[in-house]
Amino acid sequence: MLVLLGVLLVVIGFALRLNPLVVVTVAGIVTGFLGHLSVIAILNAFGNGFATSRSVTLFVLVLPVIGLIERFGLQEQGRRLIARLHALTTGRLLVLYLLIRQISSALGLASINGPAALVRPLIYPMAEGAAERRFGRAIPEAMREKVKGYSASADTVGQFFGEDIFVAIGSILLITGFVDTTYHLKLDALNVALWAIPTAICAYAIHGTRLFLLDRRLDRMAEAAGLTTRPDKADAQEAGR
Amino acid sequence: MIKVEWFYWLCGAIFIAVAALTFADGTNAKRYGSGAFWGLLGGAFIYSTFVVHKTAPASVLGLAVIMMALLVATGQLGRGDTTGPSRAEQEAGADRFGNRLFVPALTIPVVVIIFAVGLAKIHVGSEPLLEKSSETLIGLGVASIVAVIIGFVMLRPKSPLAPLSEGRRLLEAIGWAAVLPQMLATLGQLFVAAGVGKQVGRLTEHVLPSGSLFGGVLVYCVGMALFTIIMGNAFGAFPIMTAAIGYPVLVQHFHGNAAAVFAIGMLAGFCGTLCTPMAANFNIVPAALLEMKDKYGPIKAQIPTAIPLLACNVALMYFLAF
Repeated sequence: MLVLLGVLLVVIGFALRLNPLVVVTVAGIVTGFLGHLSVIAILNAFGNGFATSRSVTLFVLVLPVIGLIERFGLQEQGRRLIARLHALTTGRLLVLYLLIRQISSALGLASINGPAALVRPLIYPMAEGAAERRFGRAIPEAMREKVKGYSASADTVGQFFGEDIFVAIGSILLITGFVDTTYHLKLDALNVALWAIPTAICAYAIHGTRLFLLDRRLDRMAEAAGLTTRPDKADAQEAGR
Repeated sequence: MIKVEWFYWLCGAIFIAVAALTFADGTNAKRYGSGAFWGLLGGAFIYSTFVVHKTAPASVLGLAVIMMALLVATGQLGRGDTTGPSRAEQEAGADRFGNRLFVPALTIPVVVIIFAVGLAKIHVGSEPLLEKSSETLIGLGVASIVAVIIGFVMLRPKSPLAPLSEGRRLLEAIGWAAVLPQMLATLGQLFVAAGVGKQVGRLTEHVLPSGSLFGGVLVYCVGMALFTIIMGNAFGAFPIMTAAIGYPVLVQHFHGNAAAVFAIGMLAGFCGTLCTPMAANFNIVPAALLEMKDKYGPIKAQIPTAIPLLACNVALMYFLAF
């Protein structure tokens, strides 16, 4: 039972937000000693573990090209493409953004956008702008908070359940690296990545539906706050102008 | 035959080049410690080839790995003043290149698929062209090189070293986290060597209705989500739950499809990430960026998605992996 202390160390260390690399290293050494391994056996385990799990770190090869195109305006071009969605309602805009985020993450662009580069400067202002078009500028704080929370969630859900379809992402390479090293399997990264597709579809269906229903939720909140809701037609006309 | 080791050496060479640039970087207050970290990492990548071929002792490599962790633990790893592109630079680039900026990035998945699906079947003489069961990784390596060449020809950066210095900028931002997944894989191996998996497995036997496939799937998926909520990180939960249930119960005992079990298990962990303030960079930072009154706002928007999605993962694993 004593060897389980290593697991406990990982849990406590991560929960206390200590440096994870240090936590994992210490937990490994402690586990080795509790399992009555000699110092050399522990060092060998670290060495063999590192050598056989290098595939996990192969994503580094992608960084030079990503850095290069970022320097030449990748994020800016992403912003310009997203800005074309400005005529939609809050919910529909976020449904579409969720899809864009999932597909671009699945193609290996998980790192280009995110909360700082897209949600704060673009998606949230557009989502809020759509709500203001519909309910007027005086929408209550609670509604703005709701729109903010859902804007952030569209980005996070889209990234999480898109990136695993791309082979060069940490989680996929961790899976193959870990099980190949530990259990001497030979898993193909692409095969593992393809098994992420069914969950990605479920995630889009579930979160997309909830984002779609956000419009109705905002309608109810506006009604409760005594705001008049402009009909969809006026919306469409204004968008057409 | 194209071997995956070539690309590990390329990776090692990148780390060593980053180490050299870091040693020479006057803006980095911790340039010696940082340079040592990246240099050790690069050396370890190349030395590992001989460990895998059993022509060099693994314990030396183990010592180097622990030294890297020691450099991080004592705060010796820092970053220089490698600033990202300015707004003006980005706008000028986007004006000039427009959607063509996506071309180098999108080359990567295309080339990977060509290698993993197409070239994997090609033989030269009696030997396969690509090393067996590393086709995807080789594809990734080649794709990265092709993408850099396309990017370089298209964008014509002023310095021929631009891809390296831009890569270094991203790598410094990632920092020690670049080796964390590898360390977790190592931890998993130590867990197995010390018998942790067996112990957790014995514990779960008490919880699990014996011989129940559905029970095993349920405990693996929900366990991944719960451990992730506590630790804030699905990467940390994966080795523990996989050593306890994922491998011994689901793959060995019930003969599940390993790729499907582990992929869906990891995604069950991601459902936990959606719910936890421990995953601050995903859940708390956006709330701060959006100046929200309620810093749990994003989590509250995500929990009602995470719970049904976790149920979907249980069902998907039960029906697809067995």
